[in-house]
Amino acid sequence: MLVSYQWLKDYVNMGDLTPEEVAEKLTRGGVEVDVIHPRSQGLANVTVGYIEECVQHPDADKLRICQVNTGEGETSQIICGAPNVAAGQRVAVARPGAVLPGGVKIKKTKLRGEHSEGMICSLQELGIEQKLVAKEFIEGIYVFPEDAVIGEDAIEQLGMHDTVLELDLTPNRADCLSMLGVAYEMAALLDQEVHHPGHTFMEAEEEASDRVSVQIDVPKDNPYYNARIIKNITIGPSPLWMQNRLTAAGIRPINNVVDITNYVLLEYGQPLHAFDLERLGSKEIVVRRAANGEKMTTLDNVERTLSDEYMVITNGKEPVALAGVMGGAFSEVQDDTTSILLEAAYFSPVRIRKASRALGLRSEASVRYEKGIDAERVEEASDRAVSLLAKYAGGKVLKGAVEQDYRSNERKTIITTPKRLNEILGTELAAEEMIAIFKRLGLEVKTEETSFIITIPSRRPDLMIEEDLAEEVARLYGYDRIPTTLPEGVTTPGSLSYSQVRRRKIRRYLEASGLDEAITYSLTSPEKASRFLLDDVPGTVAVSMPMSEERSTMRTSLVPHLLDVIQYNQHRQLNDAALFELGSVFIGEKGGLNKQPRETMMLSVVVTGNWETHLWQGEKKRVDFYVIKGIVEGLFNELKIPASDVHYRVSDHPELHPGRSADVLLNGRKVGFAGQVHPRIEKEWDIKETYVFQVNMDELLQLDVDDVSYKQLPRYPSVTRDIALVVDKTVSAAEVQEVIEKAGGKLLNHVTLFDVYEGDTVEAGKKSLAFSIVYLDPNRTLTDEEVTNVHDRVLTELEEKLQAALRK
Amino acid sequence: MIERLQELKQEALQEISESGNVKDLDHVRVKYLGKKGPITEVLRGMGKLSAEERPLVGQKANEVREEIQTNVEKKSTELEEKALEERLEKESVDITLPGREIKQGARHPLTAVVEEIEDIFIGLGFQVTEGPEVETDYYNFEALNLPPEHPARDMQDSFYITNDMLLRTQTSPVQARTMEKHQGKGPVKIVCPGKVYRRDDDDATHSHQFMQIEGLFVDKGVRMSDLKGVLEAFVKKYFGAEREIRLRPSFFPFTEPSVEVDVSCGICGGKGCRVCKQSGWIEVLGSGMVHPRVLEMSGFDPKVYSGFAFGMGVERFALLRYGIDDIRHFYTNDIRFLDQFKWV
Repeated sequence: MLVSYQWLKDYVNMGDLTPEEVAEKLTRGGVEVDVIHPRSQGLANVTVGYIEECVQHPDADKLRICQVNTGEGETSQIICGAPNVAAGQRVAVARPGAVLPGGVKIKKTKLRGEHSEGMICSLQELGIEQKLVAKEFIEGIYVFPEDAVIGEDAIEQLGMHDTVLELDLTPNRADCLSMLGVAYEMAALLDQEVHHPGHTFMEAEEEASDRVSVQIDVPKDNPYYNARIIKNITIGPSPLWMQNRLTAAGIRPINNVVDITNYVLLEYGQPLHAFDLERLGSKEIVVRRAANGEKMTTLDNVERTLSDEYMVITNGKEPVALAGVMGGAFSEVQDDTTSILLEAAYFSPVRIRKASRALGLRSEASVRYEKGIDAERVEEASDRAVSLLAKYAGGKVLKGAVEQDYRSNERKTIITTPKRLNEILGTELAAEEMIAIFKRLGLEVKTEETSFIITIPSRRPDLMIEEDLAEEVARLYGYDRIPTTLPEGVTTPGSLSYSQVRRRKIRRYLEASGLDEAITYSLTSPEKASRFLLDDVPGTVAVSMPMSEERSTMRTSLVPHLLDVIQYNQHRQLNDAALFELGSVFIGEKGGLNKQPRETMMLSVVVTGNWETHLWQGEKKRVDFYVIKGIVEGLFNELKIPASDVHYRVSDHPELHPGRSADVLLNGRKVGFAGQVHPRIEKEWDIKETYVFQVNMDELLQLDVDDVSYKQLPRYPSVTRDIALVVDKTVSAAEVQEVIEKAGGKLLNHVTLFDVYEGDTVEAGKKSLAFSIVYLDPNRTLTDEEVTNVHDRVLTELEEKLQAALRK
Repeated sequence: MIERLQELKQEALQEISESGNVKDLDHVRVKYLGKKGPITEVLRGMGKLSAEERPLVGQKANEVREEIQTNVEKKSTELEEKALEERLEKESVDITLPGREIKQGARHPLTAVVEEIEDIFIGLGFQVTEGPEVETDYYNFEALNLPPEHPARDMQDSFYITNDMLLRTQTSPVQARTMEKHQGKGPVKIVCPGKVYRRDDDDATHSHQFMQIEGLFVDKGVRMSDLKGVLEAFVKKYFGAEREIRLRPSFFPFTEPSVEVDVSCGICGGKGCRVCKQSGWIEVLGSGMVHPRVLEMSGFDPKVYSGFAFGMGVERFALLRYGIDDIRHFYTNDIRFLDQFKWV
């Protein structure tokens, strides 16, 4: 809603408040002024001039030389290129020294050898948006009506010494979608009265009801319809002041009839529609639901197919308007219209919203109907429009309005107490203070013992319950004056859940390990939702009306998104990257969703390029499988999940490198995968060698783990024996370690692999693994013999089970 | 013989002082003080001396021996010192060369903001609660006093999955779910961080996906003045004790009265600047007293219980805190962007 400051002054006395101060008051009161637009933008030195003579420029086809009287008895020569310039016009002349909104400075100049002392302006040049310029002036200069006084300030004549306040209205304050509504708000804030505009007019003898009848078939959708008949009108421009105000409010002037309906719409918030009475084609108005499949052409010349969800105004046979949304084409007011039927109605919000949404049609009228207009203001708005039509369109008003009225005349009341209102707000306001506030708002208050019985005017349908009244009291009293307290109830300990604590631990661990946290979008393409799955996905979760294919399906894996991130960075020569993301994936059901999808928390890691770089020392360590595996192991360690519960087996994931990837098993169950992205997939993504890891965090976060408890430090010395073993290449390090651990029994404290070797000194098809084995008895010092016994057993077992030989 | 000893001493001292290293010195020590050395030899020849001479020569021999010994030790210390100095000299490095980098990853700025806000509210006695991102229409709208035809549904055009399911447009459904779980018994004090989705075209200031933190405080006798007190405590903790808050009336379907919370601009201190659009204030929170319908629908008796709810945009907080100019940066994950948040 755009509110002209000058216009608003018609209805409420705002004293000497500046537009900025008015904006501040409204904003603080809850009607937010988003932007303050000064209309003239400091424009000065633009005068109404009279073109006395207009001749062709001798040296330029498109230019005319005008002799312009700008008052003060002098005539200036001005060159003008507008196609519509002509002698006898009253025009806006920017005099030398004027600065136009675009920054153009007007100077005396010469154009193709001829003097020019100023500029004849179009409205666009004066800072009016093209979409608001009347059609006849779009391509050329603006021409004032004949009564414009030569020499006057043109900016003043165009009503541009004004400021427009742009309101950002919340949905509950549809009452402020009208000048009067804003005036009521301002009046309440300033404790002033609202002055309604007058509406006096003469009626002819002829009865409107002889000319037309009104029948409402759907009283629930349309509780009130009011038709007025005005004859003998002349279509022409509306008065300049009205055009100026419409322009300020963001509506393009068209002709007197349309402008008047728009003007009253802005003034009262009441949509009005003028039908050409002759073109209506009957003597009746019937309001009904449309039939399914019924067609009509709206005045934007689009043929629309209707359904029984919409309401139409008909001439008894066919629709002439889509009720409350848009008029029909054939009954539209045209230049030759002489009689009109003026519709003023109350339509139910739901019905209008259905049609407006389904057809994608939003008009000044539909916006207001959807949010609910003032049911009691319909007749007054109609009368106001009729009075303007009589005055500015030269019409003859037929006697009486033809109406059908199914409105309930019951006013809503709310019962509350000052105590209750104070309890809600935490204030200690006296009843009298509250009553004074209600009166400022125009609410009727009756006091009965300790209760208020408050009657709500129809213009404020948003006031429904006590809490609404508490808000009204608070905002007029001032939100800033409400005291600041702390809650008085029992204190409660604040906390994170177990899972949240563990997630924070993981984030800290990964950050400290050199990984950046990424956050990517949850919506992805159907194609990407089929990639890098941890488990089979029975179905995906798709948005029914996506904004694009790329954002149509909920992700099922974090990996594709992180590969996108790698791609993005590598395309910017950022080749070393290590990132993780912790977020949900969404798993649907086979054949559509019947219940909410499963949301699983996943952790995914991607690493590429150099893992460590020490440039001047000439060291670089590229990311390899063991880097990503180290991160996985560290993760389990961080979560205090024993390494013995975690196993790795060769993965057969088709999108991973078959020789460099592993499934991660927790207590025998697959919970994740880790490894190099399959070179084919790397090529597809256009990324360099990249390693990924994804694990189902729900499996890990909920696991109960032992609390930290201290173990006695060993009091006796340990004995270390190092061995180098030669085994078949196919024997895994994990197998060897397992045999050592088993054979070592209780005395074995721990085993560490410290060397892996394949090459010249080892037989082909074999490899050498070196382990450091530590023996310890916590209760005494081990003898050499005891150690040798157990160590020999280990060696025997290794030989028997794995044909492992000690390396010579 | 005494003369001989004197001579030996002179020779020995000479050689000690000429020794350039520990090995040479040891050689000199063995040469003069060893069992086959000249002093021992002198002593061995003492048998030929008279009884008067014998003690004199013995004494002299011991003196000479001791003096050589002392000098050897002194020289030895000197040489060790010298050797150490040489070693240290050799071992010295260019300390201006860069050290070995220990890589440190960066916290995502949105996570940083969420955790900081969580921690403040934990300190105020709130629990951190989460809920599903794909929500039912009931929890996302209806339970929050937004029935199907409610005009306020316009404010947040949403991504529907089915007629009854959508990507949540706010984290408030978690509040409704949590209240239901409490079965009408307070207090409920929660903050709910999470991702939310709205049908917006992505640009510098809009994102179809963003993060919110909403909070709820329901108990007996909670007043609007309590809302003001708690949010003021939060704002001062997060933005700084010198910042002021301002409440403005607003509208949300799930609260009544509703409040928009502004914080005084940290750039200009409230005088007006580009960041605060000359107003001196920056909008940071939406809030209000929980609508009685919402309490009722979630099983709380609005005659007994009351409460306040609030919500804030995580991206907005991050933009304000770090001066970021484009909301899309949060989801692009350019590592040059992310790495700037190592210190948050």
